[in-house]
Amino acid sequence: MAKQKIVDAVKSGKVLISDGAWGTFLQKKGLKPGECPELWAVDRPADVKAIAQAYFAAGADMVESDTFGGTSFKLEHFGLKDRVAEINKAAAKLSAEAAAEAGGTKWVIASVGPTGKMLVTEEVTEEELYDAFKTQVVALAKGGADAICIETMSDVEEAALAVKAVKENTSCEAIVTFTFERTVNGDYRTMMGVSPEQAAEAMLEAGADIIGTNCGNGIERMIEIVKVMRKVAPKTPILVHANAGLPKNVNGVDTFPETPEMMAAQVHGLVAAGANIIGGCCGTTPAHIKAMKEAVTA
Amino acid sequence: MARNEELFNAIMKGKRKDVAALVQAEITAGANVGSILMESMIPAMREIGSRFTRNEVYVPEMLIAARAMQAGLDIINPLLSKSGHEPLGKVAIGTVKGDLHDIGKNLVAMMVKGAGYEVMDIGVDCDIAKYEEAVNKGAQVIMLSALLTTTMPYMKEVVTHFKAKGSKVKILIGGAPVTQEYADEIGADGYSSDANQAVASVEKVLA
Repeated sequence: MAKQKIVDAVKSGKVLISDGAWGTFLQKKGLKPGECPELWAVDRPADVKAIAQAYFAAGADMVESDTFGGTSFKLEHFGLKDRVAEINKAAAKLSAEAAAEAGGTKWVIASVGPTGKMLVTEEVTEEELYDAFKTQVVALAKGGADAICIETMSDVEEAALAVKAVKENTSCEAIVTFTFERTVNGDYRTMMGVSPEQAAEAMLEAGADIIGTNCGNGIERMIEIVKVMRKVAPKTPILVHANAGLPKNVNGVDTFPETPEMMAAQVHGLVAAGANIIGGCCGTTPAHIKAMKEAVTA
Repeated sequence: MARNEELFNAIMKGKRKDVAALVQAEITAGANVGSILMESMIPAMREIGSRFTRNEVYVPEMLIAARAMQAGLDIINPLLSKSGHEPLGKVAIGTVKGDLHDIGKNLVAMMVKGAGYEVMDIGVDCDIAKYEEAVNKGAQVIMLSALLTTTMPYMKEVVTHFKAKGSKVKILIGGAPVTQEYADEIGADGYSSDANQAVASVEKVLA
């Protein structure tokens, strides 16, 4: 059976479950500060693949890939600028292998993070950003990505260029999620001042197939953000990758405050607000994903 | 000398060329460079900073204001040192080891510079040796930035290092996952929730 598009699966009314954190997971496996997380896809493939496998085993319908910092702008710092295609393809392939082993109906939504460069200061041009995203997403598609998950975005221009790079150069679905913070006025904005309404509208216009929000400060606030996005985008699937709250230092160990049970308890609220795909960000583990999966199937 | 409203507004609106021209005109007219800085330019950065804290403006507005400020500073800085005007203090800033994010760090650097301090930007992915080098070059305050929950723990290593050797350097921390609670836990000298408040933190530890 050919694999369905994610948007079609959502249309059937099913709530899908995505994966949890990669960065904090890699750290548990021994990633040191100063090491390039993406290079593990080449140097320690078994460890990277094990993350994807752990999330599928927990019940995820889709997993990301170890490619959040996979643009040339980020890899440059590690002297890996010339290996963008190789690293991204290898990482997507690991997630794709895990998906195939998990039954062949699972998806790979390969991660693309911000470049860290800002158009507003003229330190980078639109063409340079587009080319960087294009190189990365073409490699991810070659590695077997079904969709590209452009995430942690704060600038609509940069996000739109990434969406355009996906739509013009691959046949992957384009997912794009923004990170919002609560302002003193109680509404939500990205670091660049973009509201959830503005983000949703701009991404629909850019041609995104799925929109949403990620990271943030706990799953409860995601409900408010989803409600706003749902209003301006009544028909577009919405994905939420919530973190497990902000980390607290407990006896010298960084711990995330939200337990699997706490996050699972918010799943129904998120679905009621309009979310179609739910997963985790920083600090979430396979146990969080398992609990959320149980909450949607219960 | 009273505040030059035109210059003040040009910085607030991020009009780089106007700022350079207005500063040049003041100098040509014989104004004291220290007064231009203290009475028109620094107040403009303070105002944009407090609007940022109130969520009336966001990062793009701050960035372009800081860029305009820099255009003015480029003209007056050489004259300032000639006139014997001393910076308020020497500060070093860098994103911690393993973390490549520089937007927040750059914003803080710009705001602290805009408040009249000399700022050494030591970049991203800074290990203890890099902070040490900055302290040896005279930094009285080091500011550590982290965006990732995975790199934040390195702040503790830096603080522990300097405290263990009895260094007098003040250590301030900031970044998305960082909290006051965390600063207290690791023994940092201060924390700021945004680039504007970072200026207040520097003032506080150097007071």
